[in-house]
Amino acid sequence: MEMPEGIPEYSKVDKIIESYSCEKSALIAILQEIENLYGYLPAWALRHVSEKLGVSMIQVYGVASFYDAFHLTPRGKHLIRVCLGTACYLRGSARVLEAFEAELGIKDGETTPDLEFSLQSVRCLGACALAPVMVVGERYFDKMTPTKVHSVLKRVQSRNEKD
Amino acid sequence: MKKIRTPQELEALRNSLLQRRDTNKPCVRVCLGTGCRARGSLDVAKAFANEVKRQGLEIQVERKQTGCHGFCERGPVVVIGPKEIFYQRVKQRDVPEIVSKTLLNGEVVDRLLYANPATGQKVLYEYEVPFYKKQTRLVLANNGTIDPTNILDYIAIRGYQALAKAIKTMSCEEIIDTVEKSGLRGLGGGGFPTGRKWRLCREAPGDIKFVIGNGDEGDPGAFSDRSLMEGNPHSILEGMIIGAYAIGANQGYLYVRAEYPLALKHLQIAIDQAREYGFLGKNIFNSGFDFDIRINRGGGAFVCGESSALVASIEGKMGEPRAKYIHTVERGLWNKPTNLNNVKTWANVPFIINNGADWYGKIGTEKSKGTGIFSLVGKVNNTGLVEIPMGTPLRQVIYDIGGGILGGKKFKAVQTGGPSGGCIPEKLLDLPVDFEKLTEAGSMMGSGGMIVMDEDTCMVDVARYFLDFLQDESCGKCVPCREGIKRMLEVVTDITAGRGKEDDLELLQELANMVKEFSLCGLGKTAPNTVLSTLRYFKDEYEAHVRDKKCPAGICRDLIEYFILEDKCTGCGACLRLCPQHAIDAYGLIHTIDPAKCIRCGICRDACPFEAIIVR
Repeated sequence: MEMPEGIPEYSKVDKIIESYSCEKSALIAILQEIENLYGYLPAWALRHVSEKLGVSMIQVYGVASFYDAFHLTPRGKHLIRVCLGTACYLRGSARVLEAFEAELGIKDGETTPDLEFSLQSVRCLGACALAPVMVVGERYFDKMTPTKVHSVLKRVQSRNEKD
Repeated sequence: MKKIRTPQELEALRNSLLQRRDTNKPCVRVCLGTGCRARGSLDVAKAFANEVKRQGLEIQVERKQTGCHGFCERGPVVVIGPKEIFYQRVKQRDVPEIVSKTLLNGEVVDRLLYANPATGQKVLYEYEVPFYKKQTRLVLANNGTIDPTNILDYIAIRGYQALAKAIKTMSCEEIIDTVEKSGLRGLGGGGFPTGRKWRLCREAPGDIKFVIGNGDEGDPGAFSDRSLMEGNPHSILEGMIIGAYAIGANQGYLYVRAEYPLALKHLQIAIDQAREYGFLGKNIFNSGFDFDIRINRGGGAFVCGESSALVASIEGKMGEPRAKYIHTVERGLWNKPTNLNNVKTWANVPFIINNGADWYGKIGTEKSKGTGIFSLVGKVNNTGLVEIPMGTPLRQVIYDIGGGILGGKKFKAVQTGGPSGGCIPEKLLDLPVDFEKLTEAGSMMGSGGMIVMDEDTCMVDVARYFLDFLQDESCGKCVPCREGIKRMLEVVTDITAGRGKEDDLELLQELANMVKEFSLCGLGKTAPNTVLSTLRYFKDEYEAHVRDKKCPAGICRDLIEYFILEDKCTGCGACLRLCPQHAIDAYGLIHTIDPAKCIRCGICRDACPFEAIIVR
């Protein structure tokens, strides 16, 4: 898989690694912080973590590709997460996801070329009573339907312009 | 703050807290669990703060932000003490009225009360709402009453007294005996006797031992661990500290899903406060016992619910399980004896220590003691978190607490145990909920999801859904699970797409038995359960898909068609405007759907105000 480079910021990553005392067992926690910082795991950062912790690149890449929490390509400014947990699925969340795919012109797991939106299905957000539920950033939208998709995107974007 | 070093100091602190508290003082408790938050309860809480300040009532009125009350369906939930008046679906704009009327004058705002849908009768108090009335709340009892970010609230309800009792008056053996005698079993789903696990870990050779709290609730459709971690984090910590003391561990880990930001926050606050008061750290209760807890954020992998995979993940590796003959209690984290329990199991421990094994043993059935906590969701009226004594019949949970099926539809099945569990049909609705009975029925307890399905749910599609989930989450280490689930998914997908063949059901059964028999860990061993249980109870639905190429529930897209009923269509054009495929044509007032263009998304049916669009 092709991994984008980005501009290396070694000192920022060093700070994270050092806050875990360069402990090998903290690999997942370190990668989580890097993911938080950049929204994905840049290739240079993975190499740097591998060298600094003395953990083989294959292990770092293994962990980075094993867990759903990590991404190897840059993601959009707004992360749209549509819950496909059982309760949401039964109440039609797959149709909501489809409507987003159609509206944004991307598939589940992809990012729009302008880096505005990323679309990701998730397996249960633990808010099953609100099914079907979705989250944009930290904002929840409950009882979603395909017809609400357009207005949700409009609301997210207009908020964005206000900021 | 001075650290608490003796039970007397703890008791004195509690007494001073109780003395300072005026139980007659009006108190507003706003639910800030994830469910209510999603519906705007943060704004409601802020509005209360502003309004109380504006009216200059800061001294007369107490405000509290609590964890999940459980009745998520009616959120945001607000309870007004001391009378426990229950307001539901509260909005920001309702707040000034609640403050002026209820808090100041004790008057009730009628429109915010819960109305029993069956009788239309308004219910005044929280404890009289049918959803709560029929529950037995033990572990969740304090979720809606305490502020989870304030350790003093927990201390005021006898928090950490079980720890004081265990450390000061009981030997490690006595603690383990008590837990074993109580009959407490692992509430993460496995149901292994907790006391026995503790004993095995205590007796395992080695000086360094660990305890782990599993809060990586990966089952889709379950959120009881989340609510507990958010709403009463100290109860989990207290249980873990007692367990660590009895087992002889000095370091604990809490493994929590990263998708639960609020749970992570509240647990960290709780750990910091417990350290401050000396319940964690060096020389706890002057006993020479040192113990601390660290939080690990999960990486989002369902397989990490398996103990050896979870351990690998804490070690910073890929979450791949290992063969079962090596027991985690002997060689777990860093190859040291490790005791892993679900967070709900840990939270039961303080109750058992405080009240004794006999008291606990009276709740539940002969082999399943205590309570079960379920997320009652899906096609049911009252969705939310339910705590019931083990052995309560499913019917009681779904109809008396859950208020029956959504929209008056017909019940079809209830799915328990998440992807590892199975579907239970209507004829077994009187089944008492306990570990053995659910397993006998081809399902399992799991981590407490209870997902209700109605006549509009296609059981073949449900099987496909779980297989799809599991093939995604299979770690890929062993062949039966990695390849077997994939093949099963192919067969079931073919059936739902109308490509099913006569011998597919037999093939499916054979594959399911193989995966169950030969997979390495629990994920694979239980993966075929949904297929097996749906084949067992809903074979006719499979046969309809295979033989008649029909989906009786009207779900499987390749087997259905959307159709507009001429006599009901008024030609309003609502469907026509929304159809993303422009598949609807209007000839005067008569609308029709072009099946070649239609992608069967169902938007038109949702949009039609006259129920003129049907699936056939």
